[in-house]
Amino acid sequence: MSTLTAEPALVAQNGRSRAAQLRRFVRRHPTIVAGGVILAIVALLALAAPLFAGDAITMHPAQRLRPPSDKDWFGTDHLGRDVFARTIYGARVSLLVGLCVAAVSIAVGLFIGLMAGYFRKIDAVVMRLMDGLMSIPAILLAIALVALTRASISTVIIAITIPEVPRVVRLVRAVVLGVREAPYVEAAVAGGTPTWKILARHILPSTINPLIVQATYICASAILIEAALSFLGAGTPPEIPTWGNMIAQSRLFLSRAPWTIFAPGIALALVVLAVNLLGDGLRDRLDPRLARRM
Amino acid sequence: MGAYILRRLASTVLVMGIVAVFVFLLLHLSPGDPAAIIAGDNATNEQIAAIRRQLGLDDALPVQFFRWLLAVLRGDLGISIFSNEPVLKLIGQRIEPTLSLALTTLVVAVTLAVSFGVIAAWKVGSFIDRALMVVSVIGFSVPVFVVGYVLIYTFSITLKWLPVQGYAPIDQGFGPWIERLILPSIALGLAYVALIARITRTAMLDVLAEDYIRTAKAKGVATRSMLLKHALKNAGVPIVTVIGIGVALLIGGVVITETVFNIPGVGRLVVDAISKRDYPIIQGVILIFSGVYVLVNLAVDLSYTLLDPRIRY
Repeated sequence: MSTLTAEPALVAQNGRSRAAQLRRFVRRHPTIVAGGVILAIVALLALAAPLFAGDAITMHPAQRLRPPSDKDWFGTDHLGRDVFARTIYGARVSLLVGLCVAAVSIAVGLFIGLMAGYFRKIDAVVMRLMDGLMSIPAILLAIALVALTRASISTVIIAITIPEVPRVVRLVRAVVLGVREAPYVEAAVAGGTPTWKILARHILPSTINPLIVQATYICASAILIEAALSFLGAGTPPEIPTWGNMIAQSRLFLSRAPWTIFAPGIALALVVLAVNLLGDGLRDRLDPRLARRM
Repeated sequence: MGAYILRRLASTVLVMGIVAVFVFLLLHLSPGDPAAIIAGDNATNEQIAAIRRQLGLDDALPVQFFRWLLAVLRGDLGISIFSNEPVLKLIGQRIEPTLSLALTTLVVAVTLAVSFGVIAAWKVGSFIDRALMVVSVIGFSVPVFVVGYVLIYTFSITLKWLPVQGYAPIDQGFGPWIERLILPSIALGLAYVALIARITRTAMLDVLAEDYIRTAKAKGVATRSMLLKHALKNAGVPIVTVIGIGVALLIGGVVITETVFNIPGVGRLVVDAISKRDYPIIQGVILIFSGVYVLVNLAVDLSYTLLDPRIRY
């Protein structure tokens, strides 16, 4: 009976056009769409930069501190470099660092968190180490790590990843502690399933949704910390344009050429806002328990 | 209760010990010879050897660690490689501006955030509630230094209402002191306000749904008293917790804010130390800032029983 009544609805759903489905998704998850679209555009611009952005490096001392115009959309900086091109190229570093830090810290944190949550013997030791690491303010830890090594993008990625790992470990461990006593896990243990299989098949899947949400927040935080490090002169080598070092190099010209600071500043805020919007939307969709708390 | 405090103190000492190990190892985990790294690219062999001697890098690692730890416990954070002054003395000279900035920000941010959060929860769905949500998303997205330059450009350069940057010690008068702290505290406090206001709103919403609030309303308790005495007091634990956790934001932000506003504090000290690779300073500042963070969170934990007498250990 129920299949009979369900049939017309099914037909209607199949008959519904793709566009209508898309409209419904946009209406239900405006933040995911807004964040995703902004990020997609920025990523495309960053990838296609060599095709249209122009020269971000060459100095033109005769054309220094020109205000935004038809020719120079975002004006030029104190060395006569094109602020538009530098802003577009700056997106590359921000997005690269954000993605890499999110991926690496999730991978490392997931492994440590699974181990700590499942094997009770190492739990106490691992969690105290994580507590210690979390007590060091992330920016300071990253500054110290970068200050010790030669400036490069990979150093910056590692330096930002290390303070983020404990946050992932805590999250994964909490999820593991929640599911390891669940009847289906106990049944698998009783049935003699190998430990790695229990971890991979029965426990890992519960961590995925909260981790996707966490990954977006880590990405946002990594982009902000990278910008802060570049701004403080402890990050990416100064010859590579980043939003942080563009602002740092232009700080003395704030009153004469505010565009040199506001263009990268707005780009930075926009990208972090987009990542945060995406994160909030994914949280509402994937992790309703957490969504209610915020 | 006494046993809990003791246990909590013991775990604080343990965490600080772990922080100390990390801070100590930072220098040794990096690839290559730490002395050569500190000395820089153009250093001669003699200079590197001198730094080696100064830092005692020729001894075994555990020996170095315990020597360093004993010195730290005595209050000796080492000698700055660049200026040859004790690190603790250098930090002491710079602490007033940093403390002024951090405390003003803390007071202003907590007052604003809790008020916003309470109003947003009381008038849920209203203009104020939605405005708070927008401000909090922006607060999490716009970095301290961008907010800082927008504020300087608007209020100092264009409107000329406030000084552009710098710091005036408090013994030169309250007026000049606070005048130079207004913009830095707003820039530094924005993310903190966003964080605390959001949690206050959530915690208040939970409490306002309780039966005793309905009872209070039914017996005619004034709105103000209902919100502050009945609701806010019971929403205190999560709010105080997030104030404690957020101190990390504040500490990290101080370093950047001091650079933007040219405030000669501990943050500037550490930023200058980066370019000179003055490692003892970086180490000392990290240790002190982490210690402050751990102690603040200890105080937060211990305050739970005062806030909520139902919590017993």
